[in-house]
Parts: sequence; structure tokens; C-alpha cells
Amino acid sequence: MKTNRKALAALSIVAASALALTACSSGSKDSGNESGSGDAAAAVITTNGTEPQNPLIPSNTTEVGGGKIINLIFAGLTSFDASGAPQMDQAESVTPNADNTQYTVKLKEGLKFTDGTPVTADSFIKAWTWSAKLGNAQSASYFFDNIKGYNAEKDAELTGLKKVSDTEFTVDLINPESDFTKRIGYSAFVPLPESFYKDTKAFGESPVGNGSYKLASEKAWTHNKGIELVTNPDYKGARVAKNGGVNITFYTNEDAAYADVQGQNLDVLDTVPASALKNYESDFPDSKTNKAAAVFQSFTIPQYLEHFKPGEEGQLRRQALSLAIDRDTITDKIFQGTRQPAKDFTSPALEGWETWGKTVAGNDVFSLNVEKAKELWAKADAISKYEGKFTISYNADGPHEEWVTAVTNSLKQNLGIEAEPKAYASFKQLLDDENNDKMTGAFRSGWQADYPAMYNFLAPLYQTGASSNYGRYTSKVVDNALKAGSAAKTPEEATAEYTKAQAELVKDLPAIPLWYQNVTGVWNPDVKNVEFGWDSVALYHEITK
Amino acid sequence: MLWYIGRRLLQLIPVFFGATLLIYLMVFAIPGDPIAALYGDHPPAPAVIEEVRRQFNLDKPIMIQYLLWVMGIFQGDFGVTFSGLPVIDVLASAFPITARLAILALIIEALFGITLGLVSGLRKGGVFDTVSLVISLLLISVPTFVIGFLLQYLFPITLKIGRTTVSRDAPWDELILPAIVLASVSIANILRLTRASVAENMGADFVRTASAKGLKRGRVIRVHILRNSLIPVVTYLGTDLGSLMVGAIVTEGIFNIQGVGGQVYLAVQKGDGPTLVAFVAVMVIIFMLANLLVDLLYAVLDPRIRYAK
Repeated sequence: MKTNRKALAALSIVAASALALTACSSGSKDSGNESGSGDAAAAVITTNGTEPQNPLIPSNTTEVGGGKIINLIFAGLTSFDASGAPQMDQAESVTPNADNTQYTVKLKEGLKFTDGTPVTADSFIKAWTWSAKLGNAQSASYFFDNIKGYNAEKDAELTGLKKVSDTEFTVDLINPESDFTKRIGYSAFVPLPESFYKDTKAFGESPVGNGSYKLASEKAWTHNKGIELVTNPDYKGARVAKNGGVNITFYTNEDAAYADVQGQNLDVLDTVPASALKNYESDFPDSKTNKAAAVFQSFTIPQYLEHFKPGEEGQLRRQALSLAIDRDTITDKIFQGTRQPAKDFTSPALEGWETWGKTVAGNDVFSLNVEKAKELWAKADAISKYEGKFTISYNADGPHEEWVTAVTNSLKQNLGIEAEPKAYASFKQLLDDENNDKMTGAFRSGWQADYPAMYNFLAPLYQTGASSNYGRYTSKVVDNALKAGSAAKTPEEATAEYTKAQAELVKDLPAIPLWYQNVTGVWNPDVKNVEFGWDSVALYHEITK
Repeated sequence: MLWYIGRRLLQLIPVFFGATLLIYLMVFAIPGDPIAALYGDHPPAPAVIEEVRRQFNLDKPIMIQYLLWVMGIFQGDFGVTFSGLPVIDVLASAFPITARLAILALIIEALFGITLGLVSGLRKGGVFDTVSLVISLLLISVPTFVIGFLLQYLFPITLKIGRTTVSRDAPWDELILPAIVLASVSIANILRLTRASVAENMGADFVRTASAKGLKRGRVIRVHILRNSLIPVVTYLGTDLGSLMVGAIVTEGIFNIQGVGGQVYLAVQKGDGPTLVAFVAVMVIIFMLANLLVDLLYAVLDPRIRYAK
């Protein structure tokens, strides 16, 4: 018996240590992280990020985590400065013809990918054609929908791209587009090297770009953990890096990232977690930001909802709801001033918003006015009595419950109607019902711009049949104004047309604008020149340490 | 003996298939289209969604999907996640870190829990016993994330001892703080279990006999009291290893450890069936092996327990 027991004990120990051993074996990989030196230009900036949802292919990256990296390692024809204005990046010039239907692109001389191959007109033409091709199933393929030859139903070549010389090509558009210089600043419009087509899969793991930074090594991307980027010495463009690189650590929990800035393990953080909103200003008195970003939040009331259909009754009710919401108090109390009450359907992060965004005709409908709200609601009741509950749906897997409750409470108190939040367990469930026109009330909606232009805030959401028009709104006036704005010869003319569209939206209120989301960030006081761009991401190339 | 182990190992097979099928059906039952949701507020062309759905076999009936998955397993192919990574790679990067964290936590809780419990049990009613009971009550009632944030704020941020979060390679020394947080509740439970068990055995006949025989106190405690008191504790430790592996999600979040908990959470949220099922399958196996280990340890602790064929 005795021996048997000893054997058993030995067996258990062996089993336990085997478990422990397998556990250690993969923990001792080389760290490759000892490049820090004293030189300011070589200093590596550390920052937060999230694991990209897809391999790092520009035209298949439409989410924040991957987008941040793509923007650092690739450069398109244009890019954006801190104010959201477009600037020439890889292009020497981008010139439209008289009616904005053809653009001529001239590239800078001597551009190179980080593998040493040249960036030519072909690098753009081939990349755009590949990305737009339906069979390649790229999530950003629809960005090419205005280039001649684009087909959303079957595989097709972009016939609108014509090479003139190695450094020049022309783009023929289906519809006139005045914003095209801004649109091509979006990351789907970057060039790709030949190696991409040879092995797309390997490229997605270790992309070769032409941007301010490049991957530190073939294995620079450690999945779910982070990615190391170093300065690309061959980069020629508007965003030349003033530091030695950017080291991005992926976080699943923003609180952990905030603790890391406090513990000085992280230089720059671009999202202050909800739990720290109360004290981030005292924690980081001289190294924080809280400014408008290109994120617009609203709730949409579908056009098919009873009592809210197109026509007088619906319009009156929509206006009454908008007038009954106390945006000032909610942005102040719930969001600690990190949201700004909405005045239009775009965002103050856009260039020139102060002049055209604040002053849209009829925008007093966005200010609390209880009496007028009640009066309009009563008028609508005279047409057809409203009974039942007004609900605003939200997905419980996002941080929405608190503000949706505050909004419905606001409606209850100020309008005296029954209103309450309706929770969906997950975003995908909510999206399913939105897609299938099954909503039985209003639903939360929001928009983060792809590129800083009015058109991008309006057309995808309110144009008839647009991809994100879940409220199924349709208006001739808005459609025509958007079209005219796109075809306008000057930016001023375009803005005037888009403002016309906005004025109509303010009347119809397909969605009730609530607030613009700010970018809130904190950084280690030792790093300098931290500024955030229109897209809520820091302009990393400017940062010094 | 070997028969017994063999039989237990064979049981793994039906459990593996049962559990994975169940999880597969559950993922399928979650309403909503996971592929459409991948794109957030910016939907791509409908044909793109169709194509991606085809790539992940989501256009086929659920049982066919499951069979394709099982066939893949036998060829060593665990499939790919929605983000295009081989699931096996995700498993290989997440499990070792969580396992190391769990083992460290297990050592900490066994060491402190048993030692403190033994001392408390031997001096029942004394000052040490009272104090440790109060502290253990505190540990049980305070949620893990509060302890986590507290220790994180106290040591790395205020006192500048250690690192706020665990760095990419997760060296052992950086895992100590998270392991303490993870172990905190279990330390309290083990302390109480050991204490109660020791106190009970103190009055047992065989202890009195051993003392009457003139055995030294140290030997009485070691061989007669402690060993007999460890059976419930070992049971607890065994099941705890399982829950430490799976349930570390809160602690992993606080210290930014990219382990099993976070991956499972993400997979559930995205409706990523292949990833979720692979993780659950491995967890089921770990759980069963841990249970087997516990059963074998019983025989070591108490010779009266024997496993026949």
C-alpha cells in the first residue's frame, strides 16, 4: 500500500508540474523592446489601442483599432491637419476639372514603400481597383462607389482610373464631387506595393506601407497585446515624425490604460474611461484634452412608426420631443462636460463649423422649451391621439443605458408622456431589427465620420436609400441639396447647399440630434506637443519626449 | 489504479463532443447577425457581407457547420477567428498566461490559506483566530475589482512598487500582484475551511490517541491533524483551479492581461462560434483533468480511499 501511495503522489506532482511547464514554455520569448535611448528624436512614444478586428489591409479596416495603425503606416494622396483641413500628402497636387467630374492627381517625386519599391500612379490605380472589386469582400469597397466602373452587384474593374505617367493619373467620377480631395484622405485610398498581391495574407500580418512609420520588424504585431512601429526615414509627406516611433499597447479595459498613464507606463491615452471623468482634470492638470471630435449622437425615429410618419402630425411630435430634452443638464451631469449639446447634424470638429454649423435655420428646436414642446404635442394630439409608451432602444453591450434613461426621463417630465428605455442584449440584435424595419420605437444612433466633411455626416444617414439610413427617411429637398453640394464648383457653394439640406433636416427631424462627443485624452507630462486631430486620434508624428 | 485513470480519461471524449455541440447550438441561438454587426454603424455593400458569411460557413445549416468544425479538429485545424487569426494561435497565446496566473494564485492561496487556517484552528478563539476571521470576512465580502483597483492604486501608482499593468511578455514577477488579487477570495475560503476542519479534528479520537501515545506535538499536527483536515481543502483547490482559469476576467481586465477570460468574453460578444467553442473545449478538458487530480490526491491523503477497477 505504501508504495502505491508514493507512486500516486509522484504522479500528481508530475502532472502538476507538467501543467506548470507547458504554462511557462511560451512565456519566455524575446522581448525585443530595448530600443529606448536618450536621444529626443529617437524616443518612442507609447500609447493605447485595441486589437485590429481584421488583418492590416487598408481597404478592409473600417474600425478604430486597426484604423489607428493603418493611418500611421500608410499615407494617401491627402491627409488632414489638426483643424481637419485637407493637406497634400503623397500628392503634389489634386486638381478637379470645371464640373468636379474628373480629378488629375500628380504625385511627389521619389516616393517609396518601406520595402524600397517606388510608389507610382500604378500603385494607386491597382490598389483602388483591387479594393473596389466585390469578390475581394473589402468592407470599405463602397468608398469607391463614385469612381467610374464601380459595381455593387458583381466584380468589375474601375475604368475611371487612367495612368498618364508614373507620377500622374486621372480619376473619372460618376457624379460630380466637390469633396473628393477630402474623401481620398480616408485610409482605404492608400497605395499598395506589389508584394501585397503576391501574398495578401502575409501582408495583412506584416504590412509594407509608405507612411510616417513602419513596423519595427516582421513580428512587430503581437496579437491581442500590441504593435511596435518605428519612424520611416524614407517618408516624404506632410506628417514627418519628430520622434523615433510609436509603441501601441492593446487594452481591453480603459481603466487599466488610465492606471498605466498614472503609473507612467503609457505616454498618451486617447480615451478617458467613464470612471475617471470626475478626476482626470486634477490627475493631469497640464496634460489633458477635452475637445470636439467628429462624432455625432442622436436617436432616430423611424419613418414607418405610427404617429411619426411623414406629414404634419409626425413633424409636430418630432419637434416636441426635441424641445423637451434638457441637453445641457445631461451633457453636464452624465458626461461631465465631455459632450457638447448639438446644434446641427454634423460636428464642430469640421473646418468652418463655427460659421455655418451653429446657425442653421430653425435650430432653436434643439434648446429646451417645455411650453412650446407641450403645445406642439397637444397640436399633434388634436390630429390623432397618442397612446402608449414612447421607447428609445439601445444595445446593453455598449455604454448607453445611463443617457438613454436620462433622455426618456427628460421626455417624461417635460412632456408628460410615458417614455422609457428599451434594452437589446447586444448590438447585433439591435442592428437586425433596424435592418428589417422591425423597430417599435425610436433607437439610439450615432455617426463617426470617415473623413471630415459635411457630406460624410449627411449623405450616408439621410439620403434616400443610403446604407446607414435605418430610419428610412426620404426627402427630395435633402437629396437634391446633397447632390447640388457635391457638384458645386467652390467649397462655399457646397457649404451653402449642405446648409440647405440641414435646414430641411431640422424641420423633418428624421433623427433627434443630442450631442457631439468630445475626444478626452491624458498624457504623461514628460511628453510634449500632444494634439488631437479631427478623428479623436493624437497627431503622433508631432509628439516629442 | 491505471484502469481507473484510463476510464476517467475515456470519459473525456463524450464530454468533449457534448460540450462543444451544446456551445455551438447556443452560439447559434443568440439572435442577431454576427457578420453584419462586425461593421458597426458603417455597413459595407450587402454582397460583401454575403461573401464573408460564406467564408465562415455561416451560410450553411448549423449541424453542417458543426461537422465541418469537428472534421477540421481531426486535421489539426481549429478554424479561424472572425478577425482572420488561426484559433489555435489565439489559444496558444491566451492559455499559457492565464495558466501561469492561475497556478501562481493557487500557490498563494494554498500557502497562505492553509497556514493561517491551521494556526487559527489550533488556537481557536484566540486573538490571531479572531483577527484572521474578521479579515477573511472582509476579503469575501469586498468584490474582486475593488481589491484589484485598491492594490493597483496603492502599490504601483502611489508607492511606485511594481508595474501598473502586466507587460506583453508577462514575466512572473509582474504576475504576482494580479495573482494576489485573484487569490484573495479563495485565501479567505481556504482559511475558513482549514480552520473548521482542523478544529474538528483536534477533538477526534485518533488525535487523542496519538497524543496519549506520546508523539511529539509537531508530528501530531503534521501527520494526524493536518493531513486529515486537507481533504475538503484539496477538493476546493481542485475546483478552484477551473474557476481561476475561466473566472479571471475581472482581474485580467484590471491588469491588462490578455488571457482566456477576455478572449471568451469577446467571442461571446461577437458571436464568434469557432473561437468560443475551441476555448470552451480546452476549458472542459482542464476542468476534468483537475478533478481527476483531486480524486487521485484523496488517495494520497487518506489511505482508506482506494480506487478499484
